[in-house]
Amino acid sequence: MKKSKILMIVGSLLLLGLFVLPLWNITLEAPQYPDPIGMDIYITKIVDAKPNDIKNINLMNHYVGMKEIPEHMAEFDIFPIVIGFMVGLGLLIGFKANYKWYLFWLILMTVLGIAGMYDFYLWEYDYGHSLSPKAAIKFTNPDGTPMAYQPPLFGTKTILNFVAHSYPRSGAYFLFVGMISTLAAFFVGKKEAKA
Amino acid sequence: MKTIFKSLFAITVLSVILSSCGNGGTNKKGSQGALSGNAAERVYVAPGEHDEFYAFVSGGFSGQLSVYGLPSGRLFKVIPVFSVDAEKAYGFNEETKAMLMTSHGFIPWDDSHHPDISQTEGVLDGRWIFINANNTPRIAKIDLTTFETTEILEIPNSAGNHSSSFVTENSEYVVAGTRFGIPFPQRDMPIDEYKGNFKGALSFIKLDPEDGTMDLSFQIRMPGFNYDLSHPGRGKSHGWFFFSTYNTEESNSLLEVNASQNDKDYIAAVNWKKAEEYIKAGKYKTMPARYAHNTYDEKTHTASTEWGKEVKVLDPAECPGLVYFLPTPKSPHGCDVDPSGEYIIGNGKLAAELTAHSFTKMLKAIEEKKFDGEAYGIPILKYEDILAGVVKQPGLGPLHTEFDGKGNAYTTFFISSEVVKWKLGTWEVIDRKPTYYSVGHLMIPGGNSRKPFGKYVLAMNKITKDRYLPTGPEVTQSAQLYDITGEKMELLLDFPTIGEPHYAAGIPASIIAENSKKIYKLEENEHKYAVKSEAEAKVERNGNEVHIYMTMIRSHFAPDNIEGVKVGDKVYFHVTNLEQDYDVPHGVSMIGAQTSELLIMPGQTETFIWEPKEVGIWPFYCTDFCSALHQEMQGYVRVSPKGSKVPIKFTLDGDAVDAE
Repeated sequence: MKKSKILMIVGSLLLLGLFVLPLWNITLEAPQYPDPIGMDIYITKIVDAKPNDIKNINLMNHYVGMKEIPEHMAEFDIFPIVIGFMVGLGLLIGFKANYKWYLFWLILMTVLGIAGMYDFYLWEYDYGHSLSPKAAIKFTNPDGTPMAYQPPLFGTKTILNFVAHSYPRSGAYFLFVGMISTLAAFFVGKKEAKA
Repeated sequence: MKTIFKSLFAITVLSVILSSCGNGGTNKKGSQGALSGNAAERVYVAPGEHDEFYAFVSGGFSGQLSVYGLPSGRLFKVIPVFSVDAEKAYGFNEETKAMLMTSHGFIPWDDSHHPDISQTEGVLDGRWIFINANNTPRIAKIDLTTFETTEILEIPNSAGNHSSSFVTENSEYVVAGTRFGIPFPQRDMPIDEYKGNFKGALSFIKLDPEDGTMDLSFQIRMPGFNYDLSHPGRGKSHGWFFFSTYNTEESNSLLEVNASQNDKDYIAAVNWKKAEEYIKAGKYKTMPARYAHNTYDEKTHTASTEWGKEVKVLDPAECPGLVYFLPTPKSPHGCDVDPSGEYIIGNGKLAAELTAHSFTKMLKAIEEKKFDGEAYGIPILKYEDILAGVVKQPGLGPLHTEFDGKGNAYTTFFISSEVVKWKLGTWEVIDRKPTYYSVGHLMIPGGNSRKPFGKYVLAMNKITKDRYLPTGPEVTQSAQLYDITGEKMELLLDFPTIGEPHYAAGIPASIIAENSKKIYKLEENEHKYAVKSEAEAKVERNGNEVHIYMTMIRSHFAPDNIEGVKVGDKVYFHVTNLEQDYDVPHGVSMIGAQTSELLIMPGQTETFIWEPKEVGIWPFYCTDFCSALHQEMQGYVRVSPKGSKVPIKFTLDGDAVDAE
């Protein structure tokens, strides 16, 4: 089998890692949490980084009127279908189509990835901004607007007494390596076509 | 004349110089060695740093067990054991009352003495710590994952449970001896017929190897001497247990005189492996007894009592080879076995010398049957045959010896108020340091094991007088920490203690700290009245009993408004802490409730009873500052007149609690 095909097939298959590995992680540090609390975000669920973390995050957040971390979201149904579809499409292209389709797959995956990140951002925005009007503690920014508690999309941010870290986890690296692999497949395929 | 003045002057100057150069061991405070060098630095544990050792120091007449860090001397916790503790609701809430049940009924206090940590192969394993109640004889087991008392076993046929609660080197047994001779079994008889009629029970309590559950395996019915302290053999002497005795005179009155007449009392050497053989062979009598066995279940968070009905008793006169007496001067208190198991130290508290018996010589004398008569059928060995050595002029009033594992022994002297370091084998005194004042026992972490951690010795004092700021006639007792890594001991620290620190056990923090639990898992809570979510919270009436199944989580109770309670009702608050975060206990207390608060750990359920006597609206609140809105964590119970028709109603924020 051609090298490019192998790269394309392996690259697509790497996406399967997302079904077992966390995609993203948000960790909160505070002086009274010497062991930070956090959550691991999968394409199918959000789980405790260590036991009871989500319960404790919810308990902290309810004082400022934030909603609880949902146990179920529509994304948990949609993402596995999308990823599953992309693995299937990648295999089909890998086995049947020529290298130009590899680029098509990559562009499609990139668009979907950006859409996913945008969706994540929208959820975070809502999570950080949509506060209960009956919240016990209502902080305001210096300009008088209500303070929001949106965690960073990527990176580290101080929110009141917490420092929030938001970074990709192993699942995201599988996705990333998979996509690089398909890009490599495209270039190798192009070279092979010229030869 | 001039020369006389000159020489007088010279002598005066010389003596001033000499006295100021003296090391001042006998001087008043101010020259205590601690002031030399960097003592403060060596006991300083920086903020956020942890101590190197745990010290479990008995609370004496407080009945409890305190947990300190060493070298800092900081107090972390007072574990309620034999006395009620309103702060922690121990003995007040419905769950723990059974822990203090005895054959005499519920007893709210005792006198706790000698903590000892479980061992595996002669080394501290840090699973449990045992401690004895001296007054109403009991042995308690404290679980070192929760630092809570989880089991208390009453000891029948015993009085003044003093030579207790020491653990054998594989935690086969925890052993208890009686200080008072008493009729065994108890009966009505003239006190002055003590001699020959009163007896002393030595109790062997088998430990379950997995969970440490205590089982009164057998008792040895000894002559009516007073059994003062004890220690297990170890290494070569594993299988033996040694008990010091006083009042071998068997006197029943004015003991301070009448029990101090014999030149030598005994250390009783008990071959417990032999005892096991006799039990196996059926050479015991089964005697009726009634004793409480209280266990706290970590899943139901509730204690219960079972009753022991009989005990197997061995009579040493009928069991050859079971017990031998080692003559020991004079009213020995501590009876301590060195890490190798060879030397048995008799701390004759009225003797001028300190006696070390040799286990090897003891076995040889037994083999050669070189006896010096017998007492109540128990062979007495010859003092000279078993003597390993004597520490000469060590001090006044030796009480207790521990070992550093480097060939040295450290003995407390009550009367001369000092700790003396001496060498095993050569019996020479190496160093002595004063204590402030009147030291009782001392502790080296692992000092009662094959493997001592000989970095510090902690001396526990009975008297402090002027050592601290005065607090009226009653002043604190204290412990003093000495560095023993060098040739000479150095006093580093002096800190107050709870109650009277009789004895202590120390262990490297690394052995137990990582096993310390952070929460009780809510899903494992099997308390009969637990509710695991707010939706399950409820109030039920059953005749004049009202059961409130309540939850607590930052920062509210559910329900927090309760109506339908009537004067004359018996109201049970069954309160579950739904938190699952480290160090988030909640408390609860009710105005007018004739009991203590509850202090409930995450995942735990506890119960208190309130019997309202007046109509009105009565508040309750959280007693442990739990959160920013702790002050808002409160609620009301409406109490209506007797016979009122107000129905039971329970809400949170105006809604039924299950409506969320």
